[in-house]
Amino acid sequence: MSEYNPPHSEKEFEENFAQLKPLMSQTEAYYESSRCLFCYDAPCVNACPTGIDIPLFIRQINSKNEFGAAKTIYDSNYFGYACGKVCPTEVLCEGACVYNHSDVKAIEIGRLQTFATSKAIQSNKKLYSFAKPNGKKIAIIGAGPAGISCACELRWMGFEVDVFEAKEKPSGLTVHGVAPYKITNEEALNEMAYLEKQFGYNVQYSKRISTKEDLASLENKYDAIFIGIGLGKTSELKIKGEHLEHVFGAVEFVEQLRMNHHKIQVPKKIIVLGGGNTAMDAASESARMGAEKVILAYRRSKEEMPAYDFEYDLAKSVGVKGLFNVTPVEITGNGKVAGVIFAQTQTVNGKLEIIKGSEFTEECDAVIKATGQSKQSDLLKLIDGLNLQPNGTISVNEHFQTSNKKYFAAGDAVSGGEEVVNAAANGKKAARGIGKLILGFEF
Amino acid sequence: MANLHTNFAGIKSPNPFWLASAPPTNSGYQVMKAFDAGWGGAVWKTLGVPVVNVSSRYGSLNYRDTRMMGFNNIELITDRPLKDNLREIEEVKKRFPNHAVIASLMVETREEWHQIMQDVTNAGADGVELNFGCPHGMCERGMGSAVGQEPKVLKTIVGWVKEVAKIPVIVKLTPNISDITRPALAAVEGGGDAISLINTIQSVIGVDIDTFVPYPMVDGKSTNGGYCGPAVKPIAMNMLKNCAQHPGINIPISGIGGVENWRDAVEFILLGASSVQVCTAVMHYGFGIIREMVLGLEQYMDEKGFKTIDDFRGKALSNILHWEDLNLNYKIVADISQDKCIGCQLCYTACEDGAHQAISLPEDLMQRKPHIIEENCVGCNLCSLVCPVEGCITMKRKDDGKQHLTWKERTLEGNIPKTFNDELAGGLHHWVPEPMDALKKTKPKHYSLKR
Repeated sequence: MSEYNPPHSEKEFEENFAQLKPLMSQTEAYYESSRCLFCYDAPCVNACPTGIDIPLFIRQINSKNEFGAAKTIYDSNYFGYACGKVCPTEVLCEGACVYNHSDVKAIEIGRLQTFATSKAIQSNKKLYSFAKPNGKKIAIIGAGPAGISCACELRWMGFEVDVFEAKEKPSGLTVHGVAPYKITNEEALNEMAYLEKQFGYNVQYSKRISTKEDLASLENKYDAIFIGIGLGKTSELKIKGEHLEHVFGAVEFVEQLRMNHHKIQVPKKIIVLGGGNTAMDAASESARMGAEKVILAYRRSKEEMPAYDFEYDLAKSVGVKGLFNVTPVEITGNGKVAGVIFAQTQTVNGKLEIIKGSEFTEECDAVIKATGQSKQSDLLKLIDGLNLQPNGTISVNEHFQTSNKKYFAAGDAVSGGEEVVNAAANGKKAARGIGKLILGFEF
Repeated sequence: MANLHTNFAGIKSPNPFWLASAPPTNSGYQVMKAFDAGWGGAVWKTLGVPVVNVSSRYGSLNYRDTRMMGFNNIELITDRPLKDNLREIEEVKKRFPNHAVIASLMVETREEWHQIMQDVTNAGADGVELNFGCPHGMCERGMGSAVGQEPKVLKTIVGWVKEVAKIPVIVKLTPNISDITRPALAAVEGGGDAISLINTIQSVIGVDIDTFVPYPMVDGKSTNGGYCGPAVKPIAMNMLKNCAQHPGINIPISGIGGVENWRDAVEFILLGASSVQVCTAVMHYGFGIIREMVLGLEQYMDEKGFKTIDDFRGKALSNILHWEDLNLNYKIVADISQDKCIGCQLCYTACEDGAHQAISLPEDLMQRKPHIIEENCVGCNLCSLVCPVEGCITMKRKDDGKQHLTWKERTLEGNIPKTFNDELAGGLHHWVPEPMDALKKTKPKHYSLKR
């Protein structure tokens, strides 16, 4: 492999991580929008977790009403630009496009969506007017897709909103956790700046809510608190050698990459553990950072990987090799990682078993664990009467209200890990829940 | 092997594809290039007293990503001196003696007509085309369509020309008139050897919605222009048919209006044209489109066994009847191929909102593919026209083909509705939903108006 040289400059980094869905030109958007059939009960709309009126916004692009198109998108999804770039459109809107049934290329809905919203962002177009201030104040913990979507919708309903974000930058996974070839930091942050300016919520960055006192202060000052804190660090595998140097968690690895770009270096031979989309991302990214060999090791068969097919195809296309039906038993090395001892697995009566005596060693310089994220239970357990599911996610009712009536929640902290678009959809629904329960009527 | 050679009222050309009198025939350079590319003839940009033109001159009607589906212009006749044009006509004829060069003419007085006829004949033109069609700029001066709209004046001028004509005279007609056969008959009566149609249709092609100025703009103002291009083809074909079917109009017709490929040409010929003239398609794609036109026409003729253009000229005319002579007992209904259907539901919404509520969606909305409600289907074609999949919706015949009854026959029998609430009303048997049902229907979730 080694199709990619390690990037030594921002320009080289950008080349290695060329955008999978680059911004359309005016001409391309016009031609592509011309192809849309304007289906009646359009399956793309039904496939979108936020239910964007896709045929309408595409028709608006085609009639050169780009701001109108942007508003159609933002009416349903405040992360319109980001979702156009990072959504798994292949399995959502574009996967549902009727053209797929006639061997015609599906409409590039994601890129059209990004095109329209980019016009609004670039010209800082004001699309919304708000309800009269209702005098109620809401605190939002976490400036990710759920939190910001909730904030926008609350502002539209006339609430005062303060957002508390532990990190220096907003947008959660879109900036910190998504592969760099899906969206650039600049793009994600531009949309955040646009929304912040347009909706006028306040964000305090580098402001981690972590103590009982922090929570008590919020509870005193605000009428409700929304939890949109996502997930925590990469989970422990609990195998020997896990704390050696060059054993990374995938989430931490991606965040390093997103924040530092070409300034980080990756070792030559990397083993990525896991079969989900994050594992695919980490493997692709390692290859694009110039690793000479990247092995993706998954404990079950290729077909059983939870990752989307197109994500695995993408990893394969940059030279990542799959190693299936193996489970790591030990990470070896003296101080630094030198290899992984795997055991082969088989499924017996639906249960995964290790085949005795099948152990073998695969040499490597680094291991990236993409085997799930822990829950942010340190904070959650400080909240009085907050019920969690057995897996540590927050229990909510149909209004996204938690068992502590002052608190609402949505996003990965509730779902356990979904797409940006799901968090955006549910953050907005939670805002409606807050509106209904606090104001006593529905918008 | 098909022989495309054409003899149009005595004007001979290697094929029936001529360039219409327009910007592509503005100069000897262009006509020479066109003949070299394979065009059979060219009607020279209209000669007369040279004009002064404006800038800009053209406007386009785009449909989605299709450019110049319709096109309009406010350019006038030639702005070059007559002697330059005559010299170039001579040069072209010298180099291409077997190609047709037709001089389009537009002057005012009898003397001018006589003089210019002599000049172009001397230059070697194979024929002339009298421009009685131009609907902008020249008509205000009593020429162009101003003549074409006055059959008596038209007839007089054709007469003047014929007084001296030694070469065939084609009369080009304007469509900006309610009955095209009246000026066509006047052309015949004046002694014209052939007619050509249509010239452009008076039009406003579009308006800039920010500056409020229509296109094409000339220093912040505009004027009406002449409309042409693929969009006018149906209008041109109807006028062609009207002339070709008229028993009094028995001279050759050159068909013009939206021709851009061999199929268009075949349609014009089937409706009675002996040659076709092309302008907009050349202005869009250049002279090179002739390759496709010639090859396509040859292949069509070979497949059908037609040796010459005359073998199939006018073959569609006998199939165009008056409405009252159509068979009222012919019954077709739409059929949706469940294999080919991709579930866009365009047929459903078209029939629901734009036709006769004869298509239903499955109860399980996830199934997506619509069905025809046969008893409601009036066989209008709409669903098959909006369907984006080739061959998915077809129209199936339902009557036994044995019964033939026309409106005219029913009228003779006294078997037609005569009063407002007549029991013979054609739609009486047809089920129509109650008005209030419209508001009870479930609609897609994105159809509700947004905030």
